[in-house]
Amino acid sequence: MNTERFKERGMLFLRSQGFNRASASVTAILSGLLFGLVILLISNPSQAFDGFLIIMKGGFSTGAKGMGQVFYFATPLILTGLSVGFAFKTGLFNIGAAGQFVMGAFAAIYIGVKWTFLPAPWHWIVALLGAALIGGLWALIPGLLKAYLNVHEVISTIMMNYIGMYMANMLVKATVYDSRKNLSMITAESSVLPKGGLDAVFHNVRSSGTLDYSTVNSGIYIAIVVAIIMYVILNKTTFGYELKACGFNQNASKYAGINEKRSMVLSMVIAGALAGLGGGLLYLSGANGRQLKVIDVLAMEGFNGIPVALLGLSNPIGIIFSAIFISYITQGGNYLQSMDFVPEVIDIIVACIIYFSAFALIIRNIITKLLKRKKSEGGEA
Amino acid sequence: MDYIIEMLNITKEFPGIIANDDITLQLKRGEIHALLGENGAGKSTLMSVLFGLYQPEKGTIKKEGKTVRINNPNDANTLGIGMVHQHFKLVHNFTVLQNIILGVETTKHGFLKMEEARERVMELSERYGLFIDPDAEIQDITVGMQQRVEILKMLYRDNEILIFDEPTAVLTPQEIEELMKIMRELSEEGKSILFITHKLNEIKAVADRCTVLRKGKLIGTIDVEATSKEEMSEMMVGRRVEFAVEKGEAHLGEPAFEVRELTVGDKHHAKKKVKDVSFTVKKGEIVCIAGIDGNGQSELVYAITGLMPIEKGQILLDGKDITHATVRKRNRDGMSHIPEDRHKHGLVLDFNLAENLVLKNYFCPDFQHRGFLKFDKIYEYADCLIDRFDIRSGEGLTTPARSMSGGNQQKAIVAREIDQDPDILIAVQPTRGLDVGAIEYIHKKLVAQRDAGKAVLLISLELEEVMNVSDRILVIYEGEIVGDLDPKTTTFQELGLYMSGSKRKERGEAV
Repeated sequence: MNTERFKERGMLFLRSQGFNRASASVTAILSGLLFGLVILLISNPSQAFDGFLIIMKGGFSTGAKGMGQVFYFATPLILTGLSVGFAFKTGLFNIGAAGQFVMGAFAAIYIGVKWTFLPAPWHWIVALLGAALIGGLWALIPGLLKAYLNVHEVISTIMMNYIGMYMANMLVKATVYDSRKNLSMITAESSVLPKGGLDAVFHNVRSSGTLDYSTVNSGIYIAIVVAIIMYVILNKTTFGYELKACGFNQNASKYAGINEKRSMVLSMVIAGALAGLGGGLLYLSGANGRQLKVIDVLAMEGFNGIPVALLGLSNPIGIIFSAIFISYITQGGNYLQSMDFVPEVIDIIVACIIYFSAFALIIRNIITKLLKRKKSEGGEA
Repeated sequence: MDYIIEMLNITKEFPGIIANDDITLQLKRGEIHALLGENGAGKSTLMSVLFGLYQPEKGTIKKEGKTVRINNPNDANTLGIGMVHQHFKLVHNFTVLQNIILGVETTKHGFLKMEEARERVMELSERYGLFIDPDAEIQDITVGMQQRVEILKMLYRDNEILIFDEPTAVLTPQEIEELMKIMRELSEEGKSILFITHKLNEIKAVADRCTVLRKGKLIGTIDVEATSKEEMSEMMVGRRVEFAVEKGEAHLGEPAFEVRELTVGDKHHAKKKVKDVSFTVKKGEIVCIAGIDGNGQSELVYAITGLMPIEKGQILLDGKDITHATVRKRNRDGMSHIPEDRHKHGLVLDFNLAENLVLKNYFCPDFQHRGFLKFDKIYEYADCLIDRFDIRSGEGLTTPARSMSGGNQQKAIVAREIDQDPDILIAVQPTRGLDVGAIEYIHKKLVAQRDAGKAVLLISLELEEVMNVSDRILVIYEGEIVGDLDPKTTTFQELGLYMSGSKRKERGEAV
């Protein structure tokens, strides 16, 4: 009796929408990985399986510190993923996460280096707020252009990416430049995000007995909390209801008395603030962490927000997992260089996974059909 | 029997609903066969099965006695089955000719040979009296013209079985007349026609036989000659339906709504869309604005409801000037609006039914607390509306609006707008595309609104509706009010003269 009920519950869960969606993403991941294996086999057959194992081991390849690094690099991806996903849920394509991200990063670094008059917790809090503010301002321009002049946001955000990249380079050189390393300066100790207890877990012990810490810090907590907040805003509030209504049907929103232009601009600004915050979280990590490189390349974290959002089906909670996953196999990909592989292989694999997740709908239908058939068979038996 | 198409024992299921339950339909060569049923009775599904858009779970389709499989619209096309969809499938920035040949282009070495195609199209258009301008772009021609293009598309593909999915829903009375003539000519030329509708007058006018569906089940196939309208409607709805709208004397009160010298411009032309329109709607009165489609009705409504800027004029609601008020302010002050285009304005199709039912009051204290939606209250309210207005859907209040039938989408909008208890209800073609049962229902609601001492402004293209429901008729022609008539003393003919612009009241006469 009990087992039967358990079984019934199990089937109900299997047929639920959430499971269906997640299973589609998982299937996409598996197909993508399989395809990656084929690519490994083509480029270097003798080491292909060892290489594949390294990818699967991901961050674990270098123990607890490696896993820490996975979370460290997942942090900005969660935020840029949220940026793209949030905009998408409200009917906008934010391709400008890269520009918003780098402008946010600059704002955080500038405050981190210069505003040393602020005491410890306030310093990094203000730096993060500054990052979000500047990221939001960077998205305000495309938002206004879209709402009042009907300029498509894809065009304007791409343009803002390049303006942002060169602007950040220029501003870093003018204000917080370390010319010996061609990097931004290391921010003040008071501006570095606290470890939040994560250093107790994510470290390796060197042979000399000293500890080798990961750069992971409480930024990952902030990222997860922000994702949950975004989920609540989108699904539980009147504000989210309005933004979604405008995204789905601008005319009906206007008809219902919603200020559709204002909603559009706000959606864009929030998306920009999320990406900017991501920049702040990545670069406020002290001497061991990242510094902003002064090179003419768009921030990869920004663009990777698009696959993260796609794989997470634009759901804020899904985005947390997809960002960690992408970060995980990217870390694994870096270790591939210890063999005779080029690290680009991992980019190909990630791209394949995204490609397959585009088929998620088809996969979802197949899964539903299979379960349905099973149900009708079970019914007859 | 010489049946050209037979659909035998067709069953088609969707999640939560059996759309077609063991339905048999046999089409004779050269006949006009009507398919009658309420919204959601399964007419469109059955035709989609025939056209290869859906695969039935059970049943067979035979053409001229031979069993055939129709897996997609291309198969249907090869079998000579063509369809005019309710929402036309035309490329808007292509010309008429390009649209007709799309998919079956005549080519030579990969280059288009338009001349041959043009000749054939012109020949067809003359033979069937379907006059068109082959070089006009679709976006520039009227809906009636667009429908002709769709018919020519079928004829160009040598289709013998023509499916018309509610073809008259978008047409003006004159265009409907034209279409009926065309359909008769087509059948005389040996084409077999399947005609989906829920308008009994049209069936009486053109159809030979009629198959009636109700809630996915086959009720029967009848000879149209031998059956009265009342009998048919009873078969369709399952009960007796009143055609005449029951309403007592109007008890007019104070003016509730007033428009003064309203003028609306046009972005592309110097000509005004609405010119110096003034009228008053009193409490307890249904005023109808009648006119042929495209004479400024839409713009007038958009201007009144705040969706379009005005050039000059004044709008008063209960004596208060709302000329420059926001849409929300107008809504809160007691203006409700059943929009002309339910997909464009009326609904957010990707929201579910409950979310759509609170589209205009989700921000009220009843449904939110400090910015958080109270879903339990919203669902409770939605359930109550679904119950009261008999809105049917596959999965109740969480059904995506997109997957609901057109009639039930309309009912949802009507429910939402009437439940605001508006001082002025602006209803634009509220019964467009609905079956008699639903029309009767909506008319009753409008009259009830009037009897409760509220003002109703009805904009309609259906002459019968205009005559039956309204207390006063204003005729609009080219953006101007040209007539102010009393439905009790006026005739269809007179109304038609005003609508076509052949007759008008003298300028300066009070309205």
